Amino acid sequence: MSAVPELQRAARPAHDPVLEIKNLSVDYGYDDPTHVLRQVSLNLNRGEVLGLAGESGCGKSTLAYAATRLLPPPGLITGGQVLFTDRDGTQSDILAMNDSDLRASRWQDMAIVFQGAMNSLNPVFRIGRQIADGIQAHKPGISKKEALERAGELLDMVGISADRLRDYPHQLSGGMRQRVMIAMALALDPQVLIMDEPTTALDVVMQRQIVEQIAELRERLGFSVIFITHDVSLLIEIADRIAIMYAGEIVEDASSQDVYRRPRHPYADGLLHSFPPLRGPRRELGGIPGSPPDMSKLPTGCPFRDRCEFAWDACAAITPELTGTAVAGDDPRRTVACLRHTPDLVQAAGFEPKPVPERLALR
Amino acid sequence: MSIDSEVLERDLDVAQEAAAPTSPRRKFLFMRNTKALTGLVILGFFTLMAIIGPWIAPYDPDARSKDVLQPPSWDHLFGTTHIGQDVFSQILVGTRGVMVVGFVAGIVATTIGVLIGVTAGYIGGFGDEGLSALSNVFLVIPQLPLIIIIAGQLPSAGGLTVALVIAATGWAWGARVLRAQTLSLRKRDFIEAARANGEKSWRIITAEILPNLTAIIAAGFVGTVGFAVLSQITLSFIGITSVSEWNWGTVLFWAQAQLALQQGAWWWFVPAGLCIALLGMSLTLINFGIDEFVNPRLRSTGLNARKLRKRQIRPRIGFTPVVHEAKEDRS
Repeated sequence: MSAVPELQRAARPAHDPVLEIKNLSVDYGYDDPTHVLRQVSLNLNRGEVLGLAGESGCGKSTLAYAATRLLPPPGLITGGQVLFTDRDGTQSDILAMNDSDLRASRWQDMAIVFQGAMNSLNPVFRIGRQIADGIQAHKPGISKKEALERAGELLDMVGISADRLRDYPHQLSGGMRQRVMIAMALALDPQVLIMDEPTTALDVVMQRQIVEQIAELRERLGFSVIFITHDVSLLIEIADRIAIMYAGEIVEDASSQDVYRRPRHPYADGLLHSFPPLRGPRRELGGIPGSPPDMSKLPTGCPFRDRCEFAWDACAAITPELTGTAVAGDDPRRTVACLRHTPDLVQAAGFEPKPVPERLALR
Repeated sequence: MSIDSEVLERDLDVAQEAAAPTSPRRKFLFMRNTKALTGLVILGFFTLMAIIGPWIAPYDPDARSKDVLQPPSWDHLFGTTHIGQDVFSQILVGTRGVMVVGFVAGIVATTIGVLIGVTAGYIGGFGDEGLSALSNVFLVIPQLPLIIIIAGQLPSAGGLTVALVIAATGWAWGARVLRAQTLSLRKRDFIEAARANGEKSWRIITAEILPNLTAIIAAGFVGTVGFAVLSQITLSFIGITSVSEWNWGTVLFWAQAQLALQQGAWWWFVPAGLCIALLGMSLTLINFGIDEFVNPRLRSTGLNARKLRKRQIRPRIGFTPVVHEAKEDRS
């Protein structure tokens, strides 16, 4: 599953951000809050599939929901910007939008496929009507008939024959319902599609179908995808770029092939050694020792240091920043948050810098 | 089973003790809710008056005097009636009747409602049908006329009788709501899991379902108390129950009978009316407080409503509030 060449993109899209998350901070709880995201920055380029990976509770979903302002109470965004760039180049800050603008922008600019998407359909309405409803809400001029026609096209697009429009949700299988949700998300031709573990509840065959479908639709329609999952092998297959999160921070951000073949952060390396490769020499399944830190009392310094085999005394004192790697010949756009890659910072703080370990400096 | 739960409770105690030093205020969380606190203070005041009222009343509420129809003064705080009775003393003495009837009726009606509603919802089948039919019958009985008839038939109808009559006619609404909620709860995964774990029915009902119903039960109780207070005052006001037993309704009855409004004797009816409004308000505030407290998701919101307003945070689903408080020093 780890390396399927036909799904890989030949070239990475040029730097043309459609969504820029800048220094996004999120708290849970209003008094005595837990800082679940601390100044996270992330770019999503036009036409790109960006994978968000990490353990449960590391903030993947929080990041996506905060960027769309869908976090339920007691979630609170305490800072940052989420800049959305429209096709014509106008920029808007989602965090500064008022309610009606936000309502209009949702689904039109950014659509979301939820984790339990199969249960997001209303059981008492026909699926055609549910898709058409959304279209009509955003395009008031459109007639019911046209909206239903469009709904039929959409179903066709995700591989469901258009005569299922008059079916009720219970008449469809789980995978089909999931695809209906994807069709619905694509109804208004959004520029960003956020998928929160869209395949978690499905079997691997259905997972594969849906992932291929998304890849194909992306090719055709040119939207960008933020794909959230803890299944790193799936991400390597579908994503152009992968951001790996740990304890509410992005620790590595690089193209998926770079993450897979040349991980630079010990946590990314650990994640990759948690599942067996299908090709290449057999290797030992490492896993990552220990468990993630308690977000409400995070230690100073690097949050990963207790579980990291490469940690040394500087890791307890300096909080690593997301910077370029220290390995010669790396993609200049990839970033990593590890002190092994920032000898200058370590030196400035009065510690002896250490080189990047051999395992994290593969070429 | 009992050993298990004992161990569990001890563990919980340990956990609470361990957590205690970090947040010493945890114990009286409910009291930190401004709404609940306000409501409790008002209710506590009336309860205190109900207990000590007859002793601290400056005059005998029945005693006539020469000060006829006097406006409020230092001698008579709420003025006097047409035969010189002290309105302040009447209100003080009457508090006890109002509170006793309200709470006895509330407790009895809530108990019946919980027993019948939760049982009907949980057992289902014929038992459910029967109990639902029973509560449906009680639902369609017009309450006030029935109370008037029963109270009228019992010549010696004192406060307790009235309370019991109100309870007997007022439990059905709560039972119906509780049945519906129990029906929905018993299908949830955590109840299925409890059943799969081998918990007994009574334990599922008391330990799993009832805590989820707390808000509804409390709201029903508070509502019934309010309803009982109003019913009793209505009965006294229209003169069904004995007018010699003082409560706020009796005060209003006399005020109305002696044309206080036409004579401009506002002090005669305004204090009693204000007391009724205050008591009702305190019950409603407590109800809001319970609502915010019982739902853990609303808890931190409800506790800090004022602080949140100051920070301009309005917690809503679908529109996460944004405040720019975090330092933004990263490039």
